[in-house]
Amino acid sequence: MELKSNDHFDAVIIGCGMSGLAAAIRLAMFGRKVIILEKHNAPGGLNSFYSFDGRKFDVGLHAVTNFVRPGVKGKPLTKLFRQLRIDRDEFALCEQKCSKVAFPDVELNFSNDFELLVSEIEKAFPNQIDNFQKLVKAIHDFNEFDLEDKDRSAKKIISQYITDPLLVDMLLLPLMYYGSAKENDMEFGQFVIMFKSIYQEGFARPFEGVRTIIKTLIDKYRDLGGMRKMKCAVKKIITQNNNITALELENGDTITADHVISSIGLVETLQLCNDQKTKAEQSNIGKLSFVETITILDKQPKELGWNDTIIFFNDWQNFEYQKPKELVDPRSGVICMPNNYQYENNNELDEGVLRVTAMANYDQWTSLDEDHYAKQKKIWYDTLALKAMSFLKPINNDSTNDKDKLDNLKKQTVYVDMFTPRTITKFTSHLDGAIYGAPNKVKNGKTHLDNLYICGTDQGFLGIIGAMLSGISMANYHILQKN
Amino acid sequence: MTKEACKQIVLDIIAEIAPDEDLSDVKSEIKLRDQLELDSMDFLDIVMELRKKHGIEVPEDDYPQLESLDSCANYLIPKFEAVNA
Repeated sequence: MELKSNDHFDAVIIGCGMSGLAAAIRLAMFGRKVIILEKHNAPGGLNSFYSFDGRKFDVGLHAVTNFVRPGVKGKPLTKLFRQLRIDRDEFALCEQKCSKVAFPDVELNFSNDFELLVSEIEKAFPNQIDNFQKLVKAIHDFNEFDLEDKDRSAKKIISQYITDPLLVDMLLLPLMYYGSAKENDMEFGQFVIMFKSIYQEGFARPFEGVRTIIKTLIDKYRDLGGMRKMKCAVKKIITQNNNITALELENGDTITADHVISSIGLVETLQLCNDQKTKAEQSNIGKLSFVETITILDKQPKELGWNDTIIFFNDWQNFEYQKPKELVDPRSGVICMPNNYQYENNNELDEGVLRVTAMANYDQWTSLDEDHYAKQKKIWYDTLALKAMSFLKPINNDSTNDKDKLDNLKKQTVYVDMFTPRTITKFTSHLDGAIYGAPNKVKNGKTHLDNLYICGTDQGFLGIIGAMLSGISMANYHILQKN
Repeated sequence: MTKEACKQIVLDIIAEIAPDEDLSDVKSEIKLRDQLELDSMDFLDIVMELRKKHGIEVPEDDYPQLESLDSCANYLIPKFEAVNA
């Protein structure tokens, strides 16, 4: 589209990820003149996709959380379809098979039937099952979408119910890995969102991955007449008297808008405002970044006896969710095999995929020169591959030493890739490679400016369904409801 | 405008914003929330559609007036008549 200098909009959305798209759809649906500005050439933000050597990859997505089956009402997924007026078939969600949390000596399997987790806890922690049920009741009664709720420590509240720290850690690990921007704790509202979305609702994935979801959103937005400008970064937010007066774009144009919703992160947004210091809110930059290895196999994982959808692992005596001192902390992480979903008609992905995620140190990865960067990627790829193998059925029963184990995996491998905190910052523009953004969220989306609001990761509804609901809620609350 | 016509307009809007709801037996005097799975986001959409399709404004303070089909009719008929006058 052609964007002219001095163009005026009812609303500008900064960032074409899930939350920005959802906010824009809502506004376009009710006749607002809205434009999405996206710095990159590809939409999706934290959940984008790319192709390399003819293979298609998802960037972030292991699983769409919040899955509920057709007919189940009043849940985030159903609210989302209503608010965006999208038919649920368009997302083509296929359910997971089975996932687990694996710690030394104890495992908890879980699926999209919550009762499995309950029975697993009853077996492994018989003296905690009543406490767990009380926690579930407290979670049920909590309104996690209250925009004015205040910050509380999830660990503190959970520990009032569950007295075995091992079970607390096991319950928290998947929830933290899939969304927490805080080290070693979560905000209780965010814990509730994640608990419901992962344990009580569940995992699903479209056969084509995140592309299907992004394409659905983009098509919907286009059909509503919404405008979108790619490779168009906002350079400066010009302010006066606590209001945005104009947006200065990287290409030199200046546009104006009644409202601006930014999905690019709280600190990232504030640092664009000309009334803020360049280092504004520096202390609220997230510390948690990640590496992920992607291994393409010459067979389906199930042919190797690997049937889990996702394995959340920790092999240290306790679970530490914090910025590691070394490049990578391999003691805990997430193994994901996107093949292991129940695709329709028993469809199978063309190749086997094994993804392994672990926490990483942004400063260390970004201080390496090119040579060392490449070397470290190789070293940590091997370390994480080996770690994953220790939670998977051995490829060859007689392999005992690490070298044999790695060689056996490499014999099945046709391609590998790996992303690091450096890659994350390059593609998401999140400061310090902090995928889950700022540790302190702004639930009501308000900023120091009257017509600037935050949606997405730093508003704090987590997961990709959460991200879309965040965009919807902010558009409703700050713009549509206010006439 | 008759009460029935006004109720039908509201029902048509609900059918559009919540296509997964069964509207074949909605009772006029009972709160919509008590017989259908509607939340505040859905009520916002009813208000937005009234404005978009019929040019009727419902200020935020008046949202409670939309709680049942009967109360919708009582509240909206004067507004429809004002718009059509």
